[in-house]
Amino acid sequence: MVETTSIKTKAKVHNLNFYYGTVQALKNINLLVTENKVTALIGPSGCGKTTLLRCFNRMHDLYSGNRYEGEILLDSEQINILSRRIDPIEVRMRISMVFQKPNPFPKSIYENVAYGLRVRGESRRSIIDEKVEQALYNAALWDEVKDRLYDLAFNLSGGQQQRLCIARALATNPEIILFDEPTSALDPISTSSIESLITRLKEQVTILIVTHNMQQAARISEYTAFMYIGEIIEFEQTKHMFTHPAKKQTEDYIRGRFG
Amino acid sequence: MVERQIQLTTKPLSPKLRKVREKAIEILLFLAACSSVATTIAIIGILVYESITFFREVSLVNFLTDTQWSPLFDDAHYGILPLLSGTLVTTAVALSVAVPLGTIAAIYLSEFAPFRLREFIKPCLELLAGIPTVVYGYFALLFVTPLLQTFLWDLPGFNMLSAGIVMGVMIIPYVSSVSEDAMRSVPLHLREGSYAMGATRLQTALKVIFPSAISGITAAYILGISRAVGETMIVAIAAGLQPTLTWNPMNEAATITAYIVSVSLGDLPHGSLEYQTIFAAGLTLVLMTLVFNIFGYFLSRRYREKY
Repeated sequence: MVETTSIKTKAKVHNLNFYYGTVQALKNINLLVTENKVTALIGPSGCGKTTLLRCFNRMHDLYSGNRYEGEILLDSEQINILSRRIDPIEVRMRISMVFQKPNPFPKSIYENVAYGLRVRGESRRSIIDEKVEQALYNAALWDEVKDRLYDLAFNLSGGQQQRLCIARALATNPEIILFDEPTSALDPISTSSIESLITRLKEQVTILIVTHNMQQAARISEYTAFMYIGEIIEFEQTKHMFTHPAKKQTEDYIRGRFG
Repeated sequence: MVERQIQLTTKPLSPKLRKVREKAIEILLFLAACSSVATTIAIIGILVYESITFFREVSLVNFLTDTQWSPLFDDAHYGILPLLSGTLVTTAVALSVAVPLGTIAAIYLSEFAPFRLREFIKPCLELLAGIPTVVYGYFALLFVTPLLQTFLWDLPGFNMLSAGIVMGVMIIPYVSSVSEDAMRSVPLHLREGSYAMGATRLQTALKVIFPSAISGITAAYILGISRAVGETMIVAIAAGLQPTLTWNPMNEAATITAYIVSVSLGDLPHGSLEYQTIFAAGLTLVLMTLVFNIFGYFLSRRYREKY
């Protein structure tokens, strides 16, 4: 489906099944996540796209009764991050996440960005200073906050808070960043600034994004997976999918006939 | 069908009558809401009124600066300081037990304990608050004090240390239960945000959950303080009834509450100056808790986190 000439696969989902207790939420998922590209997961509510996203950083491990079957291989090392022998914390150290609702911690702007570093045991002020500045700069927030780094993060606007969360996710140099509908709580202007930010970020990091908004998927992603009731119906280059969808269901969804 | 017929035969109230009825209900609800306010005002009013008689005889300066409290002796002194020190010392001892233990228990229950264990531990912990304080008092006097005396040889039989420790144990559930509620009501997306950054449970609890819940936790501490300041039975039984100006918890001393209970149980004639002392002491107690509550209110507003 996806040509693999000069592009490198970052992660490979292989025969993934996922269960919430006894309810199967994901069925036999296969997906390639390409390095330094944006891969979008689209589909109607309840189709399992967020569930799939949250497999990548083992968020499901926080709640009992959840079960994975199958593999997500990180291609650099061919390790299955879903394996029970792998500590979910190790996985989260390498794969960051940005949530639907901006969720800054009740700390200063500076401490929010430094959080991941502190959690990793970094205590050298000079290094943290440098990483915080770099992350805020990369999240296109530095100019707006450089004079008030020690203000509470809650005083920022919604769009700024979301960029702060992106900076927080960036500060630890993750290999993949997962975005879970990052703009659905934001106004159009903030949305477009986050979108252009994501487009820029893919130079440094692989991006997997869940979105409800098909135009957004079309604008920012290289690859799109269309999901429906726990399955991937179609996985294609975004350009291709939006012009020549192979399946009837996909076409109906992207033409807005359901969902 | 029957209901419908009844409805049809009932005439709707005239608008005027309906208005009157609504108003009457509103007033009733308002009065219910006022009852607690009215009670508070009445208590403070009576305390102030009765204290005025006292302060006609004893000057306020004398009351606040005299270092002896001996209203029942021939050589009467009316300095509140000895009672105040007793109250503050026992409260401090109690808090140094209840705040750390209560907070740790709350963190464990809200962030670590598996569901079943939590459902078992919580009622057990809350049972501590249900034990009659007179039982705690004798527990302090007859068990904790002898226990402490095994290594603190010169500890007197009545002392503020053991009363304070036992009072602290009694307060643990107040502190832990309110703090736990505050921590558990921290929204999931903050908790997940922390885990997503690779944080462990302990890091999440200490660096994100605790600061997010700080206003509720402060309220828990204030509740604990109020409880300790107002506690009567334990201190009356185990700390002694001898007003002494001392800051050493190893000494015997009376608290404000212990003094009030011992005098009000005695046979002093109503209206005598000796009798009026309990109103002055009571007013001091109410003012103290009021100050703590106001302090706590501003503290929690200062740290209130919108999430």
